[in-house]
Amino acid sequence: MTINKETNGSSLIMGIEGRLDTATSPELEAELKASLEGIDDLVFEFSNLDYISSAGLRVLLSAQKTMNKQGKMVIRNANDSIKEIFDVTGFTDILTIE
Amino acid sequence: MGETLKKLELEAKTDNLDQVLEFVDSTLEEVECSIKTQTQIDIAVEEIFVNIAHYAYNNVIGNATILVEMNTDPLTISITFIDNGTPYDPLAKADPDVTLSAEEREIGGLGIFMVKKTMDDIKYEYKDGKNILTLRKEI
Repeated sequence: MTINKETNGSSLIMGIEGRLDTATSPELEAELKASLEGIDDLVFEFSNLDYISSAGLRVLLSAQKTMNKQGKMVIRNANDSIKEIFDVTGFTDILTIE
Repeated sequence: MGETLKKLELEAKTDNLDQVLEFVDSTLEEVECSIKTQTQIDIAVEEIFVNIAHYAYNNVIGNATILVEMNTDPLTISITFIDNGTPYDPLAKADPDVTLSAEEREIGGLGIFMVKKTMDDIKYEYKDGKNILTLRKEI
């Protein structure tokens, strides 16, 4: 997994490439914990995300809960298989997917 | 009768997940399997193997055995996970309420739910001191 961060004032774009799974999710969790202070606009750019497991979903849920308190969070360009996982788990209703 | 049967035995720890996925994927690559189906199978394998690594053995590392069987008519993969750890039936756990809002959602329980939703069949039995969980998915 590769994380590309782009901050612009209180906006943050996190581009995630590769696999968000049991092995890599703790890294994203730590990165978010260190980055979200003062952010009111968070975008996850998923066009190069190939795979997400429940470990990755947990990190997204936790980020959504944080952003509900301080701003908004959007998921962009997730591929079809990842969108289907969001559907199956009810995450489509919790997350804002563009 | 199975057309092919392969076996992998290794320590049940999350560091070995890649090896387990490679083992399953190498079998899937021998047949025409869509990326979507392969992703669903990989997710299921990850959830089950990580569960075993985390919960089957208390603070000691035990082994897990994984059997992969391909059958034809229709083309189906069966993946069986065997461990000698604490008896644990993941299917006994209630499904998470996927209609709740983010605030009400609990973190956890999603893994096995995803497996139930994407596999065609899951069987669990505890036999001769072993947890035996079999996933089946038509390809």
